[in-house]
Amino acid sequence: MYRIILTRLGQGLLTLLLASIIIFGATEILPGDVAEAILGQSRTEEALAALREEMGLNRPAVVRYFDWLGGLLQGDLGTSLATKRPVADMIESRMWNTLRLALLAAAISVPLSLALGLWSAMRAGGKVDKTLAMTTLAMIAVPEFFIGLILMKVFAVELKWLSASANTRPTTSLWQNFVALALPVATLSFAVLAHMMRMTRSSVINIFTSPYIEMAALKGLPKRRLVVRHALPNALSPIFTVIALNLSYMVSGVIIVETVFGVPGLTRLLVDGVTLRDIPLIQACAMIFGSVYILLNLLADVLSIMANPRLRYPK
Amino acid sequence: MSDAAEFTKPRASVFAGLRLTWTAVIAGGVLLFWLALALFGPWLAPHGEAEIISGTTFAPLGEGGFLGTDKLGRDVLSRLIYGVRTTLLLALITTVISFGIGVTLGFAAAILKGWFDIVVSRIVEAFMAFPSTLLALVVIGAFGTSITVLVLTVGLVLSTSVFRVSRALGYDIGVMDFVEAARARGEGTWWILTREILPNSMAPLIAEFGLRFTFSILFLSGLSFLGLGVQEPAADWGLMVQENVGGLFLGSSAALIPAACIASLTVSMNLLVDWFQQRQQGETVLEKIDQ
Repeated sequence: MYRIILTRLGQGLLTLLLASIIIFGATEILPGDVAEAILGQSRTEEALAALREEMGLNRPAVVRYFDWLGGLLQGDLGTSLATKRPVADMIESRMWNTLRLALLAAAISVPLSLALGLWSAMRAGGKVDKTLAMTTLAMIAVPEFFIGLILMKVFAVELKWLSASANTRPTTSLWQNFVALALPVATLSFAVLAHMMRMTRSSVINIFTSPYIEMAALKGLPKRRLVVRHALPNALSPIFTVIALNLSYMVSGVIIVETVFGVPGLTRLLVDGVTLRDIPLIQACAMIFGSVYILLNLLADVLSIMANPRLRYPK
Repeated sequence: MSDAAEFTKPRASVFAGLRLTWTAVIAGGVLLFWLALALFGPWLAPHGEAEIISGTTFAPLGEGGFLGTDKLGRDVLSRLIYGVRTTLLLALITTVISFGIGVTLGFAAAILKGWFDIVVSRIVEAFMAFPSTLLALVVIGAFGTSITVLVLTVGLVLSTSVFRVSRALGYDIGVMDFVEAARARGEGTWWILTREILPNSMAPLIAEFGLRFTFSILFLSGLSFLGLGVQEPAADWGLMVQENVGGLFLGSSAALIPAACIASLTVSMNLLVDWFQQRQQGETVLEKIDQ
């Protein structure tokens, strides 16, 4: 088992490395360089050369890549072009806002979608299942900002129950925090609910229709033992994967939600960076999101291997 | 299809043969409506795309224009009508690009197999190990916002999943008896691809096209909503939402209307693909998404 986990960890590390190459490469292939972007149209050749020298841009791309990667590993995320502040400082002050939003949304949507998915699976083909299927089909196709704006219109503008701005300070009370965060968390949960529910449903149906469960039922095992000992270990691994996969939907959801509700979070920083073409900032933010995503997928795989005996042995 | 009875049936049963459900009829109607508006919009719009018609900004419904005015006093209805063209056309172009790349590479990987398949599959896996929105943001950040960059980026990002689908289809169909028979007859690779594999993978590819089209509308309007997609003064539904969000607190629905239009478009598209999928394979589109 440990060998398989180690191999999987190695693969994860390789994916991370590949992600860093993709990010660095994507921001490198543009015509012109960062120095040109800083100086803009009114540049002179001398100023350009001087700035390139200062920023080390005249070294080959490979050297700069390893320089950047080395910096990342030591926690040096570079300096923002737009604000001239260290990127690490800018990210640090905003990290918590995004993390809180994502964690709260996950805490609500994961149990809810597992319950709904299970319910749907147990009534497969029935009225509940069909209604939920139609609803999810529509929900998957609705843009996140539409949900956000409708919620905002109803609960913040018309009813004035909740706040449309999620900008909270450490001093605000628990109730004020709830008022501020309820709408963004609800929007984000809504965005991932449909996918997670469907995946839970299909993985549960998959397992309960498999021959070995039928066999176990036919030989007269008590239902408790059937579920806990036979079905659950196999059901857990797809569920871990489902949860991890949805964090990718959450990444795109968070970007929209932070914009709709004006949350000063990490994705807002990334979008601002993209607008201002602040390359070091984009690279750092993308690398953070990418690593979180890859690490969560890795965690899901490792947990699956530990939960499911069948995955412990290579085929 | 080969059933002789099919041909002797009266003409009236053309619609019965489609096995339309009421959701499919409604969804199809909505899509046809938007399509017609995209084609004939410029002759129907009461005002120009970026024409300022009123001094009042965020005028409510019925004032200034039929649907009110936006943040600059432009007619919401006219921008909505011009916007459907941008929204549908850009989504169509990106989907076609993603299919051009995805299907070509996918079938090539399935037929050539060997090192080509391994290399392309690994590259696609590397890209898929990364949230697609993030990938698009990084590229747009590097190249700046322009329609060309937008369309190419989103098309490329979406092509990864098209590649996976068409590669799987190519592999599945490539081992079937009729393909074996064609090979034994001595037909060339090109003949097998265009006469055997492609016709037989048409239905799943059409369903995939519908799904990718929906996704690309969502993706593009999301980017426009962030201010990174279509730029003013052009009218695009996602952009219209972004422009007029501020009006929400002034009682204006200039942001909600285009958002609702996008939702009507994407939900209808999904329902129609679902109907097509059920008719073809007897499985719902959700099972396709679940995979």
